Amino acid sequence: MSDLHTTQETSAVIDALIKKHQHQPGALLPLLHAIQDTIGYVPESSYTAISKALSLSVAEVHGVVTFYHHFRTHQPGRHIMQICRAESCQAMGSEALEAHAKQCLNIDYHQTTADGALTLEPVYCLGNCALSPSVMVDDEIYGRVSPSELDALIAEAKSTEVKA
Amino acid sequence: MVTKVYIPRDSSALAVGAEKVAAAVAAEAKARGLDVEIVRNGSRGLYWLETMVEVATEQGRVAYGPVKAKDVPALFDAGFIHGKPHALSLGLTEEIEWLKKQQRLTFARVGITDPVSLEDYLAHDGYKGMKNALKLSGAEIVKTVTDSGLRGRGGAAFPTGIKWNTVLGCESEQKYVVCNADEGDSGTYSDRMIMEGDPFVLIEGMTIAGVAVGATQGYIYLRSEYPHALAVLNEAIEVANKAGYLGENILGSGKTFKLEVRRAAGAYVCGEETSLLESLEGKRGLVRFKPPLPAIEGLFGKPTVVNNVISLATVPIILDKGAQFYADYGMGRSRGTLPIQLAGNLKQGGLVELAFGATLRELLYDYGGGSASGRPIRAVQVGGPLGAYLPESQFDTPLDYEEFAKLWAVLGHGGIVAFDDTVDMAKMARYAFEFCAVESCGKCTPCRIGSTRGMEVIDKITAGKDHAKSITLVRDLSDTMLNGSLCALGGMTPYPVLSALNHFPEDFGVSSGGLSSEAK
Repeated sequence: MSDLHTTQETSAVIDALIKKHQHQPGALLPLLHAIQDTIGYVPESSYTAISKALSLSVAEVHGVVTFYHHFRTHQPGRHIMQICRAESCQAMGSEALEAHAKQCLNIDYHQTTADGALTLEPVYCLGNCALSPSVMVDDEIYGRVSPSELDALIAEAKSTEVKA
Repeated sequence: MVTKVYIPRDSSALAVGAEKVAAAVAAEAKARGLDVEIVRNGSRGLYWLETMVEVATEQGRVAYGPVKAKDVPALFDAGFIHGKPHALSLGLTEEIEWLKKQQRLTFARVGITDPVSLEDYLAHDGYKGMKNALKLSGAEIVKTVTDSGLRGRGGAAFPTGIKWNTVLGCESEQKYVVCNADEGDSGTYSDRMIMEGDPFVLIEGMTIAGVAVGATQGYIYLRSEYPHALAVLNEAIEVANKAGYLGENILGSGKTFKLEVRRAAGAYVCGEETSLLESLEGKRGLVRFKPPLPAIEGLFGKPTVVNNVISLATVPIILDKGAQFYADYGMGRSRGTLPIQLAGNLKQGGLVELAFGATLRELLYDYGGGSASGRPIRAVQVGGPLGAYLPESQFDTPLDYEEFAKLWAVLGHGGIVAFDDTVDMAKMARYAFEFCAVESCGKCTPCRIGSTRGMEVIDKITAGKDHAKSITLVRDLSDTMLNGSLCALGGMTPYPVLSALNHFPEDFGVSSGGLSSEAK
């Protein structure tokens, strides 16, 4: 894995985001979102700068990043596929869909395919419960997803270089 | 003449191809030289018919669905832009029985208007409630909300007016209105539909709350799983700011109310109000001890109204039509209407807003059309992952907070998830513990440890190890979690677990006769 987060470019991006958000009340979550939206994850190397700007300890920043399922500390694959595990989707066969995805991709949850194309994550409800089972790829949601439709989503994700 | 065609921008419509349908309609209209204006509306909530395309005709709006992009050329051939018949034709939208039977108050505009058009909102009775509110004192607004009988639609069902009154009575240089839009319960999507389909009603409701209690800053704490809702809300807030409906000196009243959307980060427990406030302050979402109540010491230690999206979005119609108008709907102490969300294994999932009092059976069969799989419905979970499972024998229960409480069940946020007879209820009980373990904030022991131990005990039960002892143990553990947890996450996980065990003992390897005396 490349040490992208140590590059000057990345730390300049993070510094700019810190400046933009640090004076907001309750700035930490908006700032972490901004960092992850921009570079794909929240590098641990950014904790010190964040903690100084917000008058927090590094431990507090680490605590917040790791408390929330949404934040990642490592670069994910080019696309992120989330499969809903909640009750409504279970009632419509999401367990089989999960198993199918893991088998096709040859990875488990929280892992990335060997070609770096796709990271698989569980999610607990996408609010699409009338059309379960649901899957989200990056910011796009899909309903009534069958295993063959999942195959198509995987194929599409693998064939595209960057987020749509 | 321009023909208006409505194609939803609602997430669930997008999930089944609405974007492609919209692109196909635009391309086909252009190729045929037809003057068509596409309005991206909210969803009418008939999700099995999405993508539902509507066209404005002299007779009213005519609906077609479910439309796929490949159907579009044939729809044009059939003359759908003049409302002509086609195999996918559903007739006049307003005459669709499923919709016509409903009592849409909170959802009055959803699916009808362009969500980000302020003109459209105003033309459909928008901001009438706020204009009335601006003529009243804070105490009078609060009294109207109290008299309407509105109770918190997030799940706790606490009277909204009483909460507001506490904040109103606090002396403070700064107060806040926080909207809980962290809709994490499986089987619920009404908050999302409001935010995507009629964001101004939420903005109006929050502004009225601010004016009533003297709060000048509002936050919408929105779950990160709703990117489309985020986009619509931000668009609408910008429009409202520009038009003087938000910001300083609202409509020349001298009142200030600013509003900002804050994104959550995928923690279910942040739907609990004190955990939500911690999160808004930029901290881990650990649940706070109560007291102090958030109404007295809430966000940044200041008096704060924390309400669910539906509660706040219902305030405008109450201020527009009066407390009595709203209170005339409903039964017992459950006044007004409940936006019910049909989910899981149902043929016709969608949004049904009705006065309190409809039965589960009506909702599952008359509206839901029975199971999607065609198999018998065996269990329904009402009120999200912390709600009880109900067996067929309880399907005649009316939707009413107190009637559900009598069954040791909850209405919660109004989500109904149906399961057919292939469901394994021991597995669902295990999942309830697993979910609690994944989402626990870790502050209190019953929830943090109990959830994991609960999973292990269910595994023992299903494996037949120390069977009788393990059944006793899971009840004992549930009792500890119920009575010893700090918030509803640990405190209500026993609802799905014990209701599954009590109503479906055979799935736990217990003969159905053996448990009835123990059943709660």
